[in-house]
This record gives sequence, C-alpha cells and structure tokens, in this order.
Amino acid sequence: MTVYQNKLNINKLASLVLVLFVSLFSFQGAFASDGHEAHGEETKEDKTSFIMHHIKDAYEWHFVDGHYGTLYLPVILYSSDRGLEVFSSSNFFDADHKAVAYNGYKNDHGHIVPLEEGRSVLDLSITKNVAMLIITLVVVSFLALKSASHYKKNPGSAPKGVASFLEPIIIFVRDEVVKPNIGPKYERFVPYMLTLFFFIWIGNILGLLPGAANLTGNIAVTAVLAILTFIITNVNGNKDYWKHVFATPGVPKPLLLVMIPVEFIGLFTKPFALMIRLFVAITAGHIVLLSIIGLAFLFESYAVGVASTILSIFINIIEVLVATIQAYVFTLFSSMYIGSAVAEHHHDDHH
Amino acid sequence: MDLLIPGSGLFIWQLVGFLVLFFLLSKFAWRPILDALKVREMSIQEALESAESAKAEMAKLQADNKKLLEEARIERDAILKEALTAANAIREEAKEEATKIGNKMIADAKAVIATEKNAALNELKNHVATLSIDIAEKVIRKNLSSDKAQKDMVEELVKDIKVN
Repeated sequence: MTVYQNKLNINKLASLVLVLFVSLFSFQGAFASDGHEAHGEETKEDKTSFIMHHIKDAYEWHFVDGHYGTLYLPVILYSSDRGLEVFSSSNFFDADHKAVAYNGYKNDHGHIVPLEEGRSVLDLSITKNVAMLIITLVVVSFLALKSASHYKKNPGSAPKGVASFLEPIIIFVRDEVVKPNIGPKYERFVPYMLTLFFFIWIGNILGLLPGAANLTGNIAVTAVLAILTFIITNVNGNKDYWKHVFATPGVPKPLLLVMIPVEFIGLFTKPFALMIRLFVAITAGHIVLLSIIGLAFLFESYAVGVASTILSIFINIIEVLVATIQAYVFTLFSSMYIGSAVAEHHHDDHH
Repeated sequence: MDLLIPGSGLFIWQLVGFLVLFFLLSKFAWRPILDALKVREMSIQEALESAESAKAEMAKLQADNKKLLEEARIERDAILKEALTAANAIREEAKEEATKIGNKMIADAKAVIATEKNAALNELKNHVATLSIDIAEKVIRKNLSSDKAQKDMVEELVKDIKVN
C-alpha cells in the first residue's frame, strides 16, 4: 500500500507544483506583457497586484484604501547585538505613505532587512498571517471550550448550542477518519487529529472572509502542521514500521540497495505532500477567486462586473467545500501515515 | 518563489500557537468531550440492550399467554366433548329404559287381555252348555209328537236365543 501511495503522492505533488508554477508564471507573464503593450503600465499592474499582495504575508493589514483603512501591526525583531525590538510597522511609512527606513531597518518587498550589511535578525513580527493565526486560535479555542463546558455542566445530556454543532464533526473525525485508519490504538491520537481538523477547517473558512488573510494557504503554516504529523508518525513508529523501511520484508537482498533509499525518501515525501497539498489548494482557491473579482477592475465593464460577481459567488461556495475537504484530507492522510506506523503486521509480504 | 519559502517568523508563531492550541484543547476540550461522548454512547448502548431484553421478555410473555390460551381452549373442547358424550349416553339409556317399560306394559296388557278372553270364552262355553242343557230339558220335557209341534218349538227356541 505505502509504495503505491508514495507514487501516487509524488505524482500528485509533481502535478500540483507544476500547476502552481504555471499559474504563477502565467499571471506574472500576462500582467507583464499587458503592461509592456499598453501605455498605462502602472495602472494595469496596480489593478491586479492585489492578488499576489493578498496571497503573501505583510506587516500591515490592509482593509480599504486610505490611511485609516490599514491596520499597522507590531514589528518584533530579535538580534544578538540589539536584543528585542518592538515598534509599529507604520514607522516604515512617512506622512505621504512612502516607504522609508526606520531604526536601521527597511521593508524590502515584504521582508524586514537590516540596512547594515552582515547583521542578521530574527523576525518575530505579528504579521497579517500571525494576526490571522491568533484570530483562528481564539475562534477554535472558543468553539471547543464552549462545547466542552456544556458536557461538563450537563453530563449525559444531549448536545446543545455550540456542542451540537461540534459534536457530529468530532464524532465524524473520531469514527470515520481516525478509528478506521489508525486501528485499535486510535484513542491516543484523537485529540491531535481534532485539533488539526478544526484548526485547518476554521482557518480555511476564516480565510475566505472578505479582508481576511490567507493563513492556511501559507507554506510556513502547512509546513508546521506537516512536520508535526511527521514527528508523531515517526516517534510512534513500531518495529514493523522501521523494519519495513530499512529491511523491507520479502525483498531480495540486492534490491534493498534500491528499496532502502526509496522507502527512506518516502518517509519525507508523505509530510511534504501534506504540506504542499493544503498550501496549493488554499492558495490556488484564493488566486482564482481574486482573479475573477479582478476581471471587473481589469475590464471596467458592467457586464463583466455582473458576470464576475456571479462567478465569484459560485467559486466562493466551492471554496467553502474545498476548505472542508482539505481539512478532512489533511486529517485523513495524517491518520493514515500514523496508522501505518503503529499497525501490527502479522504477515511478511505486504505489498 | 517568495510564496514557496516559509517565513521564519510565521513558522515559529504557527508552531507555538498550534502546540498551545493542541495542549490547551487536549486537556480542556477534547478529553472532556470525548469522555462525555463515550459515557453517553455506553449509556445509549445499555438502554438499547435493556430495551431489547424487555422486548424479548414481552415476546416470551406473549408466547406464554398464547400457550396458556391454547391449552385452555383444548381443555374446554375436551370437557365439552365429554359432556356431550355423557349426555348422549344418558339419553340413550333413558330411551332404552322407556322402551323396556313400554314393552313390559304391552306384554302385561296382552297377558291380561288373554286371561280375560279365556275367562269370557269359559263363561260363554258354560252359558252355551247351560242353554243347551236347558233346551235339551225343554225338548225332553215337551214330548214332541208332530212335526208341526217340533217346528214351532224350534222357532220358539230360536226366539229365545235371540232374546238372549
């Protein structure tokens, strides 16, 4: 099963990365060529630049145009020579909203870099995505703790309020995702899977709100989640699991020279696929949605405006579906990987 | 390519934030919820099982009732049949008795009639004898000479008989 899975994942991964690259380059290419041909290069660029702006992280949270439409988030920097530094990201703009350097740092295309050469700083700023992360954490905690309080107050009673909203999902994750894939030792992993599911799901859905940041479509976020699954999988890997990797049963000795590297790489491709899948699905969704909205600004026509509005509503509904599916898939695959690590094999040739 | 490089700051925040969320919710949300769900599922299971056993008990009771009813019906039928047989036997007996009595009565009556008849015949015989003796006495007494006289006398005698 695992080899086939790996192959599948690698294929999927390759195609997804390809699609992403093609879409990114085609966007940039399209805008660039438009810009060169048309005389109004700056304006055309401005009209669609908000897409990549939205996808990327930023030090300020831009809601509407104008000085008060932007929330300047705190910048937190740590460097060995200067220690901890905290200041508002508004310091990088002067009165005319021109980018300026501040305190020996400048905002270079969404990255804070020191002006002096050779200095390295650790950037722990509350960026737009970190702010979004905090909001997501608060919402998920609220939902979970609120429903937990119901069970504590009324033991043995039917769910009510938030609990009745969460309970079917909790039971679904426990009985349909975790239990069948991890097997008899599933109970230890249910809390992690529930946290994973609700974080990704709520994060995805909050990310769809107007003005919200693209948190779960950020590779750092998906990387952390994938790494945690990777650690849990390998920490809980039993003898059979490691034997499967380093001495695949039923394989002739010479073939092990090939099999061991393949299986070893397979350990990393699984979480890598998790990371890329969620990142691509959410980022691509946001790009598609914003591109369709962007059509109205690009063509400046009422007809296109109406069409793109209708289409964007449709895509938005699909994105809600994708948000749920991606949360489910991430949890499902994490369960499968952990399940393969804790499964007891009673047979030799399992391929 | 900027998109594909994880930012170190967000990475750290995400790691810390997610771990905090995980430990917080594990302890204060998922454990209590999962335990409560388990308890409830067990109680539902128990309730279902007890309902099932109650149903089985009910079915058993009903079966018992049915069996009892069936038995009662069979018994009733048997009693009825017995009673009918008894009644028939009594009737038959009574009929026989009546016939016997009737026959006896008829036989008695016949006997009485026969006796009476014999008595009457005897009397008649005696009477005839007496009459014959009387006639003979008269005939002898009269000393009959002529045919005419004999004839008259016979007529007279016959008249006498008629009177008698």
